[in-house]
Amino acid sequence: MNLMSAISVALLALRVNLLRSVLAMLGIIIGVSAVIAMVSVTEGAKRAMEERIASFGANLLVIRPGSSAFGGRRGGAGTATFLTDADVEAIRSEIPGIVAVSGEMSGSQPMVVAGENWTTNVQGVHSDYFEARDWFVESGRAFTPAEVRSGARVIMIGQTVATELFGAAGPLGQTVRVGAVPMEVIGIMAPKGQSSWGSDQDDTVFAPITTARSRLFGYQFGVRDPVFTIYAEVAPGTNVSHAVADIEELLRVRRNIQPGAEDDFSVNNLAEFIRARNETETQLGVLLAAAAVISLLVGGIGIMNIMLVSVTERTREIGLRLAVGARRADVRNQFLIESVVLCVTGGIAGMAIGVAGAYGIGNLGDFPVSIHPAIAGIAIGAAVFVGLFFGFYPAHRASRLDPIEALRFE
Amino acid sequence: MAAPLIECRDLTRVYRMGGGEVRALDGVSLTIDEGEYVAIMGASGSGKSTFMNLLGALDRPTSGSLKVAGEAIETMGPDQLAAFRNRTIGFVFQQFNLLARTSAEDNAALPLIYSGLKGAERRERARARLQQVGLGERMDHHPSQLSGGQQQRVAIARALVNNPRILLADEPTGALDSQTTVEVLGIFDRLNAEGITVILVTHEQDVADHARRQIVFRDGRIVEDRR
Repeated sequence: MNLMSAISVALLALRVNLLRSVLAMLGIIIGVSAVIAMVSVTEGAKRAMEERIASFGANLLVIRPGSSAFGGRRGGAGTATFLTDADVEAIRSEIPGIVAVSGEMSGSQPMVVAGENWTTNVQGVHSDYFEARDWFVESGRAFTPAEVRSGARVIMIGQTVATELFGAAGPLGQTVRVGAVPMEVIGIMAPKGQSSWGSDQDDTVFAPITTARSRLFGYQFGVRDPVFTIYAEVAPGTNVSHAVADIEELLRVRRNIQPGAEDDFSVNNLAEFIRARNETETQLGVLLAAAAVISLLVGGIGIMNIMLVSVTERTREIGLRLAVGARRADVRNQFLIESVVLCVTGGIAGMAIGVAGAYGIGNLGDFPVSIHPAIAGIAIGAAVFVGLFFGFYPAHRASRLDPIEALRFE
Repeated sequence: MAAPLIECRDLTRVYRMGGGEVRALDGVSLTIDEGEYVAIMGASGSGKSTFMNLLGALDRPTSGSLKVAGEAIETMGPDQLAAFRNRTIGFVFQQFNLLARTSAEDNAALPLIYSGLKGAERRERARARLQQVGLGERMDHHPSQLSGGQQQRVAIARALVNNPRILLADEPTGALDSQTTVEVLGIFDRLNAEGITVILVTHEQDVADHARRQIVFRDGRIVEDRR
């Protein structure tokens, strides 16, 4: 008996008892739609997380003095000493596997150009900053290490600043007054979008850290060449926690911290932090997966039940088929195919509902949703598996019937 | 003279029921030649149905030997028996056993699915057999749209579709009125005249009278075999 005629026989048998077939499929429909909603929502969450990590710069370490981003800190604000350019250089030269390292100082400054003004966050950075943050100029150029050393009055502006100050006009080569200092716009940054905390990362201006330190943030810090934050990028494939430990050890020595005393600085890996934030979304996915497995199980039991009923109802038909020459395998395959057709039909319906449901969840809960094309394969695969697994026993039972008794069955 | 079509020697079939044994068939020896028209008669419990099941290769004997069309039934496994039934035996049942919601043509073509024939050839052969039993106009009808006599004719077309050497009919007129009984028996007469071996199981004498040989069973043995 070939496959096509087996499938058409199966479809006929399902159509004959349409309501019963639909009810039997319900479990599969719910199960498959749950699987799809789960995969879409968790896939979307994963992708959003990867985008956030990528937007921050992969393998980025953030080093700050005096406070921990997570734990309670001791000593009170301002007691810890600032990090310095010398710390930046020490990390660059002594820590293996660091590809880019930059200090950063920032503050809010008014910007004025030809009748427009805009107050934004000005960041003074070293020229390595852009590589560390994986963030580059879209047009114009970045400032050079020589310009950082000499304290050149040049800036690169973010997309938002470019729009606010210049509108449609080209800002490159224009002079902008930043605070009280006229500076030349030499580059426009590529758009970066929102940060994981929702702030507009494009609303910013970059200046050489030396210029920013001496001309913009001209107050006393008590140390030579201070920086607020150091960003260090670890080479791909390097063990990040080793790099963190190395930097901690280096800074403890440089800052004369006694053995046993607590660090007065922190080294954080922001990718880890973002991953931790996203764990809640992953847990939601695990819950959905459990719901999906349970409903597929319940759905499969429903299929098994309906197939057993079908085998009993059609005992005479089975007897007849055996009498006219069906082998046991033919009978078994016929019922297996019916079970699979039932499940696959339910799977296709479940897929449609699952895709719609994923978008619904995405809209309601403001989750990112990612519908992967492989989802069709997953849905059909799960349906075929359930059909074969739960259809096997009823089909096997049908194939073991004695033709004489089956023909006599009332 | 050619070997007989059916040759059984000391055929015995014992059923185990509860604690005891029932000897449904008790040492039957018999030969039937190609082209015979045989009626098998007997009261219920006489062993005629058991004998019929063995002839039709639906069952295997407990002991004794049974050769049908040169093949030893008692040595075959379930799948071999299925293939043997498919190509050698045509079955007609009292209750017709047609598939509901399935056209006459598809019902008649059913055995050919298991012979591995392609759809077009299956349809062609089923149509030819339906023509032969006088149902050429009703190929697309479902069993529920056909009278009892017409349904039994579809069943006969199904039995004939694979050109069997033996037509086995178990009470084929038991569910029919006297008018259609005559029609259906007429078909059997004609088929036998064309050379097919026809074996009828019946308890009605006037049905058995169509056959040229009557075999009567009682308590698992043949008590009468007249031609």
